Formats: sequence, C-alpha cells, structure tokens
Amino acid sequence: MTIQEFIDKFAEAAEIEEVAGIDGATKFRELEEWNSLAALSVISMFEEELDKDLAVADFKKAQTIEDLYNLAQ
Amino acid sequence: MAYLKIDNVAIKGLSACVPERVVRNIDYPYLSEEEINKYISTIGVEERHCAIPDGSICTSDLCYASAKQLIDELKWNPEEIQLLVFVSHTADYKLPSTACILQDRLGLSTATMAFDSPLGCSGFVYGLAMAASIMQSGCIKKGLLLVGNTQSFYAAPKDQGTALLFADAGTAIALEFNPEAPSMEFDLYTNGAGKDALIIPDGGCRNPFNAQSLEEYTDEAGVVRTPLYEKMDGLEVFQFASKNVPKSINGLMEQFSISQEDIDYLLLHQANKFLCEKIRKRLKFPEDKTPYNIDRFGNTSGATIPLLMVTELNQRLQSERLSFIASGFGVGLSLGSVRFTTDNIICPPLLTL
Repeated sequence: MTIQEFIDKFAEAAEIEEVAGIDGATKFRELEEWNSLAALSVISMFEEELDKDLAVADFKKAQTIEDLYNLAQ
Repeated sequence: MAYLKIDNVAIKGLSACVPERVVRNIDYPYLSEEEINKYISTIGVEERHCAIPDGSICTSDLCYASAKQLIDELKWNPEEIQLLVFVSHTADYKLPSTACILQDRLGLSTATMAFDSPLGCSGFVYGLAMAASIMQSGCIKKGLLLVGNTQSFYAAPKDQGTALLFADAGTAIALEFNPEAPSMEFDLYTNGAGKDALIIPDGGCRNPFNAQSLEEYTDEAGVVRTPLYEKMDGLEVFQFASKNVPKSINGLMEQFSISQEDIDYLLLHQANKFLCEKIRKRLKFPEDKTPYNIDRFGNTSGATIPLLMVTELNQRLQSERLSFIASGFGVGLSLGSVRFTTDNIICPPLLTL
C-alpha cells in the first residue's frame, strides 16, 4: 500500500473531503475535521480494512500521517 | 475463557424504572449544534433519563420500585424470597451494603442472603451468573437480582465523552428454582490491566478524598474534570470491546453448540451505537434481531440489558418463549456473555420515578 492509498483510506474513515493538502508530514490531530469520533473510525479502519491489530498506546503516540502509515505496515 | 453452565434456575419476570427527568443532548451547552448532531448520529443518544444528584433518587430507589412492582405482579410472598443481589457502582452509602437496606425496604424476611456486587457494564451478566449459581442447588427457591446505576452522577459536565452518554436506571429480575428450567450458559472475562480505561480516581481508599479532589484539571486529551468524576479512555474501551465481545460471543456459541438460528435476539450492552453496530456486524447478526433503545435511554451501565428487554421486547416476553444472547462489557475491564431463555414471563411496562 502506498502512502497515497493510505491517505485515501484515512480520509474516508475520518470523513475528510479535501485530501489534496494532506501528505505524510501532515499532523492529523490538527486537522479541522479531527475529533474523538474520527479517532474511533480510524482505529476501526485499521482493524477492518487493513487487518491490523492497532495498539491504542501506539496510536496515541502517532502525530503525523506518516507515523500512522508506519503503524499500518 | 471462564465458561459456566447453570441448570435449574428460571427467569420468572423482569421490570425496570428510570427517573422521570429527561435531559436532551441537543441542549448541551458546551458544543455547537453541528457538533452535537454529529455526536447524536454517531453515538446514537438523543435523550437520557437522569436523576438530580442530590440524594432524592438513588439507584436503590429505582431498583426498589422495579422490584416492588415485579413482586406484586408475580404475586410472590416477599417472605419466600431468600436471595437479594444488588449489582451497582452507585450504592446509597460506602457502608452498609445497599442490599441490606433493600431487604428491609422490600419486606423480605431476615432469612435472606443479601449482598452488593460493585460491577458496572458487565453487571447484569455477572449478577445473573452469581444469583443463578447460588440458586441452582435448590436450597433457595426464589431470588431477586437488582441491577442499576445512577452513573449520570459520575459524568463531569464538560466531559462530552460521558456527559452526553451516561444515564440512570434500576432493574429487577426475578429468579426461581425450577428443575425444568432451560440452562443458562456464560462466558466471563476480566482484564484488570485496563483498570485506568474507566476510573474514578479519588474518593476510594487508594486516593482518599482530599482538598485537591475538588480541583478541576485538564487531562492529556484536553478534557476538564475533577478526579471525583469518571475518566473514560474512549479509544481503549472501544478497542477492548470491538475485539473481545465478538470473540466472547463466538466462543460461547462454539462451546455450547449454539447456532444463530437458535437465538431470537442479541442484546448488547447499550455502550454506544457506533460500537454496538461494529460488534453486531462482526457477529453477522441481522439488524432485526438486535434491538436498541440507546437513543432514548443512553448508557445506563449494567442496567442496559434488562432495560432494553422491558422497553423493546415487553410484549413478546409476556407471550412467547424466547432465546437470547446478551453481552455486557466495560469498566474493570470486565466482560460477560450469556445465553438464556425466557418463557412467558412477567414483564410490566417501564416505570418512572
């Protein structure tokens, strides 16, 4: 999975419509659409679409899209 | 997996009571209307029944009203009831046990085994396992399981994770020794490593109440509360439940050779709609077999499952034989799943106080 494919999945889960400005360095917690519900959706996306058992502690440490992408590997 | 199979104990009836006072989430002052609507559509709670935390309505009052109504409708002689289990995190006092107070208030004889069990969201399933285990040998013929919470008391007003979710209810379940009763099967699970995922830090013996207990602080997620309120790590609880509840229910069904066709309803602890739907889809249970009332009653902790039966299934419970799988999960972290059967039970309409 490329980082662009990951960004698309991330944006869909977090209900972010405009993905053009998002790249690996984006601090996702600072995005306008980011909230606690988006966090639940992204965790679910890891489990359901990526088949990854994401540890909540690792998720909390992640700051950028690239950090998340690395957790998805 | 801790499995239990209990024979000889029948559920004869159940009833539930909620505070009359309704709080509408749309009126919540700390979020914009857009944010609240987003919250409502995801978590699924539109309004909640909440007591005012001044001691005027406690969990025991809600459970008392439910139990009184149930005993009357069953035409039970209170003197014949020899077991009372009160499962709650919101006791009347630190001591004595609320079960003792209710034994007297309900007019049960002094030849009664009565005790409290402080469990939360898993409380109905654990309570049923405890009460039925005690009764299965037949020495005690009639018992009451009272499960309730006034956990809206524990929601900090500015903490949207709990303040828009927690609500209050008290329920009563009547159990009777009966060698013809269909068996109940349980899977019980505990993971105390997650104790901090749902916790009221101050006011117990570990962190006794002190002057700082009244001071608001901002936690790492930016939520403002005092340590006398419940702190919920929503992500941890979500991850725990979405993974372990399907595992528990699938394990129970495999262990006791239960197929989905044998089950009339899946009763999920009304934690939040988003999480419950994740669990339902993972289990591949159809929507019409999975009732909800979280939109009108919120999350009432251990009371959600019996409350759900009263508000959504009241008619069918009184006229049919029904088979259920129920699962309660949360604070502890604690989880219990059960398969049980009801057969034309007494189930009066919801009471308000």
